[in-house]
Amino acid sequence: MAITINLPTDEQTIRSLKIGDEVLLNGLIVTARDAAHKLMVTKKPKDLFPLLKGTIIYHCGPIVKQVNGKWEIVVAGPTTSMREEPYEDEVIKTYGIRGAIGKGGMGKRTLEACKTYGAVYLHTTGGAAAQIAQYMEEIVDVKYLEMGTPEAFWVIRVKDFPVIVTMDSHGNSLHETVDRESKAICEQLTKGKC
Amino acid sequence: MDPAKLESQLIELIRRSSTILPPDIVKALEDGYKREKAGTPAKGAMKAMLNSIKLSREGSLPICQDTGSLIFYFYYPDGEKILLVRKILESAVAKATDLNYLRPNSVDPISGFNPGNNLGPGALAVHYRPWNKKTWLVQMINKGGGCENVSAQMALPDTNLVAGRDLDGVYKAVMKMVYNAQGRGCAPGIACVGIGGTRDMGMALAKDQILRKLDDVNPDPELAKLEKKLYRDLNKLTIGPMGYGGKTTVLGVKIGKYQRHPATFYVSLAYMCWADRRCTMTISGNKASYEQ
Repeated sequence: MAITINLPTDEQTIRSLKIGDEVLLNGLIVTARDAAHKLMVTKKPKDLFPLLKGTIIYHCGPIVKQVNGKWEIVVAGPTTSMREEPYEDEVIKTYGIRGAIGKGGMGKRTLEACKTYGAVYLHTTGGAAAQIAQYMEEIVDVKYLEMGTPEAFWVIRVKDFPVIVTMDSHGNSLHETVDRESKAICEQLTKGKC
Repeated sequence: MDPAKLESQLIELIRRSSTILPPDIVKALEDGYKREKAGTPAKGAMKAMLNSIKLSREGSLPICQDTGSLIFYFYYPDGEKILLVRKILESAVAKATDLNYLRPNSVDPISGFNPGNNLGPGALAVHYRPWNKKTWLVQMINKGGGCENVSAQMALPDTNLVAGRDLDGVYKAVMKMVYNAQGRGCAPGIACVGIGGTRDMGMALAKDQILRKLDDVNPDPELAKLEKKLYRDLNKLTIGPMGYGGKTTVLGVKIGKYQRHPATFYVSLAYMCWADRRCTMTISGNKASYEQ
């Protein structure tokens, strides 16, 4: 049974989640990928603080279009999260976000920050971009559009956006488990060091 | 080929490649979905993939928001005016971007400027291959950035892997590189491999394999055997769809070989995500037909 979470959310709610949980997200999420992470960590712009507190960011560079002056989502699947590994712990600490949605999982630094500050990593299906766009009701705002449409911060209202907890706030990571198990099999099959 | 028609024919090629997944890939995903255990994230992910493919096909929506780096192959009657074709191609790419078939994916690495049209130095990979036929054949691939990041190259021998300069060494290298990719290249992917060549030619050869259909048979019996063995063993790694764990880690393995320099032995892996977008256009007279 999926757990519904309304955004913005709080530490207690996030701490109740564990890996393997299915979650439906409602409310406002904010896209942030490579240039956005660099900006958040190096410049710390003031206008981003109220936008990000208690919310969940989405590692995504959507395809968008303008219809009668209003932005609309065309398709919007996740991008690979590991590229944000050098920044994400600092983003969690600085802005009080409660998690990130992406694909492929993240590393030890992010896992540690999830534990310390109360955040989760939520996984969704890479490439299922048309399907995911169906959970997006509207684009509410956009910031730093000058970074290009894939890199801008898109503030999106979502309804029942399904994700899976693959890193929780108690130090557990599904990605670590899969990596460890597949490595053992790889070394057994190749009789070498993988 | 009619230059006046070529632009719209190329836009249609881009639309099809970006929005319609080839039937052999869809079939492999359907088989993978059946294989995964009910109630697992792996099965859920494959269901989402199959649903999304359908929505994309019906609505002419890009399958993935990352419409990739664009690779084109032009086979053309020797002696044609290729500079004009290049101009028409660039115009078609810019227009396809305006039509939202492509995301603007060309970024200056130093300034970060994105011109918004997918053009600029080195933005398009275009291979020109004159041949002795009267028809034109144009093929394209949308190569995603996520699966490009997990693509890799190893120089053999490798001491840690105990991988020598032979087919067994190639087997071990591919196993290791796909293990390293985990789910980050949007598994279940297609392991496209080039053996030999220089570093750049070897990787280009690996990318050429993306164009092969999943059910084709490698004309080289030794490579055909290795493809089968790797397909079986890569799917034992339990990385699974999106790296959730599961039975379907790759949808296929395709291998090509080039002559190598005596001092080098490269194994190049062009990992292609499950959204394996490719399309072929044939132009006969001034009429275009498409096949995926």
